[in-house]
Amino acid sequence: MLLNLFKKLLGHTYSLLAVAIFLLIWEFIPKLGLADTTFLPPFSKVAAALWKLTVTGVLFKHLIISLQRAVLGFGLGLLISIPLGLLIGWFKGVERFVDPLLQTFRQTSALALFPVFILLFGIGEVSKVAIIFWSVQWPILLNTISGVKSVEPLLIKSARSMGASSFTLLLKVIVPGAFPSIFTGIRLSATYSILILIAAEMIGSNAGLGFLLYESEIKFEIPEMYAAIVTMSLLGLAVNYLLVAVGGRLTRWKEEIPNT
Amino acid sequence: MLSQKRRNLNIVTGDSEISSKIVVENISHQYHIKKSKAEKKKEFTALKEVSLKVKKGEFIAIVGPSGCGKSTLLDILAGLINAKCGKIFIDGKLAHGPALDRGIVMQGYALFPWRTIRKNVEFGLEIKGIPKKERAELSRSFIELVGLKGFEERYPHELSGGMKQRIAIARALAYDPDVLLMDEPFAAVDAQTREVLQDELLRIWEKTNKTIVFVTHSIDEAVFLADRVAVMTSNPGTIKEIIKIKLPRPRRNADMRQSADFNWIRHKVWQSLQNTVTTINEERESGLTYKDLAEEISPSVVL
Ligand SMILES: Nc1ncnc2c1ncn2[C@@H]1O[C@H](COP(=O)(O)OP(=O)(O)OP(=O)(O)O)[C@@H](O)[C@H]1O
Ligand SMILES: [Mg+2]
Repeated sequence: MLLNLFKKLLGHTYSLLAVAIFLLIWEFIPKLGLADTTFLPPFSKVAAALWKLTVTGVLFKHLIISLQRAVLGFGLGLLISIPLGLLIGWFKGVERFVDPLLQTFRQTSALALFPVFILLFGIGEVSKVAIIFWSVQWPILLNTISGVKSVEPLLIKSARSMGASSFTLLLKVIVPGAFPSIFTGIRLSATYSILILIAAEMIGSNAGLGFLLYESEIKFEIPEMYAAIVTMSLLGLAVNYLLVAVGGRLTRWKEEIPNT
Repeated sequence: MLSQKRRNLNIVTGDSEISSKIVVENISHQYHIKKSKAEKKKEFTALKEVSLKVKKGEFIAIVGPSGCGKSTLLDILAGLINAKCGKIFIDGKLAHGPALDRGIVMQGYALFPWRTIRKNVEFGLEIKGIPKKERAELSRSFIELVGLKGFEERYPHELSGGMKQRIAIARALAYDPDVLLMDEPFAAVDAQTREVLQDELLRIWEKTNKTIVFVTHSIDEAVFLADRVAVMTSNPGTIKEIIKIKLPRPRRNADMRQSADFNWIRHKVWQSLQNTVTTINEERESGLTYKDLAEEISPSVVL
């Protein structure tokens, strides 16, 4: 058992090696004078700034605000896009009807629409939640639709032969069958929502990680600026890991493709 | 209670028709096939004017060349496809759509990959609204029956083809339909398991008085199991001949296989099938339309 633990540790160390090398390079390029320390401070300075932001609680305050917005927009997206996607995927007529609209809207950049949202909803919370909702919605919706359509017809037939009502069919066959695809959509959009959020917060806001980044740049607090960027990356990473773990648990029934 | 109801129905109508569990009346079915996008939709006749009566508690087997419409017929019986022409009566009542009185074991196993073996077997029971505890008991006993005890919490992808097939059978048996429609249910199991399952199926059938329609490619299997064997031809799919299997019951694999009667009937069915195959070939070559070849089987050849 101890050996196993050791092996695991070794494995993790190995995968962290690349990160360590990257950080070392970051540290020494400015120190060796290969880059201007004002614009690219060494990693130790950024880490110190990150530490300071953490202990003073500033970082936490912005992080919470950003997370609130993300969760709200994201939750709204799930609540609306999954049922909508099931509907569109299941009823062929509906899909034919809305498809051109969907294809056009998904190509419309969320950021391009941000001014529109500000005009409509003002510069407050609503417009930020709205833009996250908008951008999260497409990957979930489209993946739900394709998930529903990819459910094995034989399984639908089999369930119907056992007298399943339309509702049972939806609940016990369509949703679980489409789930892997739906979840891919959720994962895509989760990472996406953070990116969009940051951008939105940089444009018009007085709190949040995006604002922190923007403010540090304006005030020329370069290490803080990098600290904000690092925090965002870590946040994205954490969200992705969380979703992968959740998804892995929920799709345990899937056949694993053997690695070659 | 259900059988009580049926008995009453018999008395009320007093019709001998009613003793037919299933009546297939002049069923024809066409599939639309699209060869390419540009081409217009074409029709392909999978079944043409098929009629068949199956008595209550009867075991009927259907044999025929690949593509002759056996699965299509079974789908129609199950209510999964609406035939373009003709009617199906179950217990004297016009059937439309699927219902729990008919269970189908499909040619592909059609197990739900996200459900464990146990939950797969319980699917029909859930729809029936059977309470959880009872469901667990039923699924356990049927999984044991098909010899897969200990696999309850596995997922379908962890099972071999034959094992999946047995689970599909267990699932259909578990929700206890009056009519069991089985599409080559033993095709993917080894010879020994197959014989065990055949014996088991006969035992269940004898006990429960189910009506079984059983599609198979194996003449042996058809003759061994059935009261009657329907031989189908293809292009278009029709029932060419129905052969009565007058072998004593109960039948068990151990003693039936050697019997001379068994071999004689088997040969007869084989002969009938053989003729259907040559018909197709002749038709293709000479462009002749279908002619009834049932008369061409001379008993002397059989003997
Ligand atoms: N969904 C479909 N669309 C178009 N044609 C179909 C469809 N399903 C079946 N067919 C055609 O109908 C014919 C009968 O098919 P069916 O599956 O009933 O044959 P089968 O007798 O069960 O054959 P097998 O013994 O190989 O299972 C075949 O020629 C097939 O090509
Ligand atoms: Mg078939």
